[in-house]
Amino acid sequence: MARMKFLCDAERCIECNGCVTACKNEHEVPWGVNRRRVVTLGDGAPGEKSISVACMHCTDAPCQAVCPTDCFYTTDDGIVLHDKGACIGCGYCFYACPFGAPQYPQQTAFGARGKMDKCTFCAGGPEDDLSDAEYESYGRNRIAEGKLPLCAEMCATRALIAGDGDEIADIYRERILRRGGRPQTWGWETAYTEG
Amino acid sequence: MQTQQSEGSAGRQKMSPARKRKMAFYGLLGILAMAFILPLASYTVHFLGSEAYAQGAGPATNPRSNYWRAVEGGVAGYTTGQGPEAGVLIGPGGVEWQQLREGVIAKYLPWAIVGVFSILALYHLIHGRNKLDERPAGKKIKRWGWFDRLVHWMTAISFIALAITGLSMLIGKTLLIPLFGKAGFALWAQASIIIHNVLGPVFTVGILLMIVMWIRHNFLNATDLKWFKEGGGLFSKTHPSAGRMNGGEKVWFWLVTFIGLGVCFTGVLMLAPIWGYGIPQWLGFLPWVEGSRFDMQEANIIHAVLSLGWTAAALGHIYIGTAGTEGAFEGMSTGYVSTEWAKQHHDQWYEESVANGKVIEPVESAAKAAATKVSTAN
Repeated sequence: MARMKFLCDAERCIECNGCVTACKNEHEVPWGVNRRRVVTLGDGAPGEKSISVACMHCTDAPCQAVCPTDCFYTTDDGIVLHDKGACIGCGYCFYACPFGAPQYPQQTAFGARGKMDKCTFCAGGPEDDLSDAEYESYGRNRIAEGKLPLCAEMCATRALIAGDGDEIADIYRERILRRGGRPQTWGWETAYTEG
Repeated sequence: MQTQQSEGSAGRQKMSPARKRKMAFYGLLGILAMAFILPLASYTVHFLGSEAYAQGAGPATNPRSNYWRAVEGGVAGYTTGQGPEAGVLIGPGGVEWQQLREGVIAKYLPWAIVGVFSILALYHLIHGRNKLDERPAGKKIKRWGWFDRLVHWMTAISFIALAITGLSMLIGKTLLIPLFGKAGFALWAQASIIIHNVLGPVFTVGILLMIVMWIRHNFLNATDLKWFKEGGGLFSKTHPSAGRMNGGEKVWFWLVTFIGLGVCFTGVLMLAPIWGYGIPQWLGFLPWVEGSRFDMQEANIIHAVLSLGWTAAALGHIYIGTAGTEGAFEGMSTGYVSTEWAKQHHDQWYEESVANGKVIEPVESAAKAAATKVSTAN
């Protein structure tokens, strides 16, 4: 079985925000929620680096550990998904997540948190694959269609790559061999401690 | 001079075997000594020149590693993404918060409640109810006005509801999911968070009112010190002297005051969906207004620790006020206590009341008779 991971090559990302736009459009993400965002470090200074970040689908996911209703689950592909039906909007996954992935639509009375929304690795949710109910709550299920996440597929410079951890690591290693320098598998140490 | 030189060179040429051996021996000794000493030279650089070395050669760490280490430490960059801390790639504190909450707080602290409950049950089984020495004859003293009682019961009922719903959200995952299943528990958890969020502010108002209304009764004095020395009469036959409020009640008041303020403040803070989001600029002087996940993690930990301790302590208050002491419950339910109860538990207050003519003689009205019946039944 594959172990799905994201890898963002900081030497290649040009902060075009194509991944952000692709994601919002593909999944009809609620207003005010960005499942993916691009962060530029040292913006405007020599040596600035941009990184596209979303849920990293951690091995030992902190969101999963702290959820009071235990609504998270990890698929056979290592993708961390959640059941919005069981989400009570307590915000604990938002406190725990290192990557700031969980977000809440702000449409309810008194600004209370709604159901948490986060990147699904384009793998939908617990509803039947490719059903309307699934699309309504989680967006498109590209994994069930045999496709990879749209953000990575859309990336113009191939900075963001998604797929089986071993395969994307090989692609990245090849790049490092050609261009020189050291590898920087950004966020992997935090997210994938046990493989 | 020349002869001496030629003699000397001749001397070298014709070195005696004994001298050769001697030179070889000392030469070897010298080499060995150097082999030990020379490697130590780096230590002299290390010890004597470390400051100069550090200043001269710059940091001994890799700047590129430092760059990514800073990212892991929570450094923020520029982003078009909206929302608090969207610029932070790796937020700090989440792991520590998770370990504290899922570790000590969820696994061990709830046992304090079980522990206090067991101690109280054991005490009740061994010691039994703290009974009145004299049967109530019908004379009453007014102890709590209608507003006191309203505030007390508003706070008490919301406290119990908050404790149950709060515990559901903390340990329901462990206790209730096996009972109800995930979908069933999710329904209850959703109800819990709504009840908790709605009653929280009601409870906060109750706590603030109680502090303002009752602080004048609750300053500690010499009588209370004596009361503590005698252990509040818990394990003795005699009743230590007390004024309107005894030492234990005063301690409970101050617990409610300080724990209550802490719990209510952190609770209101967590009510904000994402604290600091849309908080007006002029409130910036308040602590915790910069609005970060770290603030919410801190607030959550303080809230959980204080309220678990408070719930455990509240069991003691509930026990003493109901099953533990005969005649105590009617004070907060009807507002009146029997003179016998007052004499036994609050002797100084009883004497003051008698002196001030506050004792109410039994009258023939239906309401009073009913109240007396209840008190004798107890």
